[in-house]
Amino acid sequence: MRYDIAVIGAGVTGSMIARELAKYNLSVVVLEKENDVAMGSSKANSGIVHAGYDARPGTLKARLNVAGCAMMPKVASELGVPYRQNGSLVVAFCDEEMAAVQELYARGRLNGVEHLYVLGREQLFSLEPHLSPAAVGALYAPDAGIVCPYSLTIAAMGNAMDNGVELKRNFPVMSLADRGASFEISSPGETVEAAFVINAAGLYADRVAAMVGDGFFTIRPRRGEYYLFDRSIGNVVRQTVFQAPTAMGKGVLVTPTAHGNLLIGPTAEDIDDKEDKKTTAAGLEKMTLAAAKSVPGLPLNGVITAFTGLRAVGSTGDFIITQSPTHPRLIHAAAIESPGLASSPAIAAYVEAMLQGMGVLTHKRREFNPYRAPIPCPGKMGEDERYSLIAHDPAYGRIVCRCEEISEGEIRDAIRRNPPAADTDGVKRRVRAGMGRCQGGFCLPLVTELLSAELGIPMDQVTKRGPGSEILSGPVK
Amino acid sequence: MKRENRTIHVSLVVVGGGPAGLAAAIRCREQGIEDLLILERGPRLGGILRQCVHSGFGVHKFNEELTGPEYADRYIDRVRELGIPYRCDTMVTDISADHVVTCVSEEHGLTRIKAGAVILAMGCRERSRGAVRIPGTRPAGVYTAGTAQLFVNLKGYMPGKRVVVLGSGDIGLIMARRMRLEGAEVKAVLELMPYSGGLKRNIVQCLEDFDIPLLLSHTVTEIHGENRLTGVTIARVDENLRPIEETKEFIDCDTLLLSVGLIPENELARAAGVELDPVTGGAVVDEHRETSVGGIFSCGNVLHVHDLVDYVSEEAEIAGESAALYLKGELPRRQTVAARAGNGVRYVVPQRISGGGEELRLFFRPDQVCRGAMISVSSGGELLRVRNRRIVTPGEMESIVLKEEELRRVHGDITIEVGLKS
Repeated sequence: MRYDIAVIGAGVTGSMIARELAKYNLSVVVLEKENDVAMGSSKANSGIVHAGYDARPGTLKARLNVAGCAMMPKVASELGVPYRQNGSLVVAFCDEEMAAVQELYARGRLNGVEHLYVLGREQLFSLEPHLSPAAVGALYAPDAGIVCPYSLTIAAMGNAMDNGVELKRNFPVMSLADRGASFEISSPGETVEAAFVINAAGLYADRVAAMVGDGFFTIRPRRGEYYLFDRSIGNVVRQTVFQAPTAMGKGVLVTPTAHGNLLIGPTAEDIDDKEDKKTTAAGLEKMTLAAAKSVPGLPLNGVITAFTGLRAVGSTGDFIITQSPTHPRLIHAAAIESPGLASSPAIAAYVEAMLQGMGVLTHKRREFNPYRAPIPCPGKMGEDERYSLIAHDPAYGRIVCRCEEISEGEIRDAIRRNPPAADTDGVKRRVRAGMGRCQGGFCLPLVTELLSAELGIPMDQVTKRGPGSEILSGPVK
Repeated sequence: MKRENRTIHVSLVVVGGGPAGLAAAIRCREQGIEDLLILERGPRLGGILRQCVHSGFGVHKFNEELTGPEYADRYIDRVRELGIPYRCDTMVTDISADHVVTCVSEEHGLTRIKAGAVILAMGCRERSRGAVRIPGTRPAGVYTAGTAQLFVNLKGYMPGKRVVVLGSGDIGLIMARRMRLEGAEVKAVLELMPYSGGLKRNIVQCLEDFDIPLLLSHTVTEIHGENRLTGVTIARVDENLRPIEETKEFIDCDTLLLSVGLIPENELARAAGVELDPVTGGAVVDEHRETSVGGIFSCGNVLHVHDLVDYVSEEAEIAGESAALYLKGELPRRQTVAARAGNGVRYVVPQRISGGGEELRLFFRPDQVCRGAMISVSSGGELLRVRNRRIVTPGEMESIVLKEEELRRVHGDITIEVGLKS
């Protein structure tokens, strides 16, 4: 099959780019090596829409972060994604750290961050009463926000697919070859052709680049370990609380999530293995101690899960969004580490502009629909609305996940709507069944059954996250 | 969906149709309360007993060994005989302090039930891998023992073939045997504490009879495998329960079952403003099993985690009887004193008692293994009652009865202690 454009990688970068390209009269395919979208850095990060004071002035990071932060409210609302502009604080715990805060303030001004304030102790505590009494002041960025990173990715891809983009999963790109008029892209099972290629392969973007001889950058994973707490303590802080950078590093954050949980982390450890997503006792202990510097006394018995995310740190220090120097029909969108999530709408627009400059994007599709209605969420509805919904479709009245109050109707939607959930983790990320305090103890068997019925496969072929991760080993004797 | 009144009125709502809810509803009905309703979130009455196909239930209550479903059927038959109404596949989403119970179901949509009294019988949930914070990767193959039990016994599927069990609570022991009986290789049962958290009879019948090793003072320190579990690292722990580095050992397995504690499911109780006991995770109740919110009662595993269903039923009968008295305006209202856990005791239920009335049974859980134990109950500095026991363990709930004469001597808070017999 020959496409106009192939996007390699269905993380937040690839998915947002795909959605942008769906506005044009082009055939677009997204190639993803995993069983679902958002399986790399996009599913395991802090979920922060940074305001843009952190990146070095003049860099792409600085420019796209400030632009992306401004675009996010509209994008999130079009895509029906949980987003909250909750503001962020960079907290100082001594006078020296206040100097670092002042520096960030100045940098933010240079980057064009419009609303930035340096707060004294009293103002800080009126915003966040549970901070450590050692806090002396902070940088306050009211435009910063929180967004659910995998919901954003899923919705962007879903919207792209609804507008005609094709998604191929379990398509690990093993070779990329320039055949002159088009590229040939092969996985072990299939080969597709595309006139233009966008490399949004995350941690593996350097390997994809190397397939055509581009060796001008490398990507190294930076591990970050997190704890996620139950929603019962999700309101300990309202803003995202960072720590002022010190000689010891950037510190860890304490933040509410877009779903109302509390998140602490991450550690920052440069490693070589691009798949090493294990959590460690030492890392989590260190991270917990560091978080206690901001908010002491967080109850560890409120932890519902731990996870590790890998940031795709590039060798140039900046985002690498550029045409390949040797193959101009290939665009790299690589090294999208923090603030990559915040920047993602602006990255997509930037790539769009590059392709326009190349004369690729000429005809807009009039029927493009930027909206994606979220899956109904009866647990969050008022009583009348919920009653009517169940009257209309009783499956929304059958609760499957009791912790998050998720109904069979929502799970069915997750399995049917673009991009369809194909495994239990995919259901969890789309509608939160299994995301609550019992972590799927009660609903996993029910979700497994629903997947089996909807996909028309036996129970023991249902997986957690694609081939090789089967939930069950087979029928009983 | 049936179109009908969205608000209904009943005398009593029982939240949960497991062993506690069933026994409470039956007793309340037998006390003359006609108008009650059981709400069950599962597809059938019986609660977790439906998946407990092993025997050993009912030894105290019926003097015979029943399976879980057989035990439940005794009560379900009685519910039907008495014509007690119930709704299955019905999830309660809110309970207010003034007894409005909101529930959701496919059949009825959303219903608000204005109740004279409410009995909380929601049971408990299992502690998850995240809650015990085991580091490592996040593969398929790590399940709580109860989830595995449901897969095997109700769905007919095996969660895996080479199994390690962490935690020697009763469900873990039962599942070790169940997996072995279904042809799986059960490599070991690990227990963090130097003693098992399960019943002695289960250790003998589930592990020793099948030569499954029980490794006390051991834990899992890391989970391995990208997609499906490939093994666990285990280690012995020191007296502070910290893993000892040099004892670390890799065990090849594709399944890790967790039996690492049960947590009463009290999110609804919290919503109703019911005071909770931080140690039990259940409501603070008086001897009538009435919570801090008048007319809301609690019983079974949502009140505190029991070892035997027989005691759940007994406790539920107390709650059912009390709810009936409450609805008739006959529940005695006296001053209460606190019943406290002293040395050697983790918690006491009920936490408040009125000190009057006839005899009263206090339930408590020892906080460590004690051989040659002396249990003492005192009030206001005066010793009310002493009992000797050959051995007490945290895995087995204890109880002690205060007689009418002893209750008359209650002046001030009651304390239960466990010490060595001198």
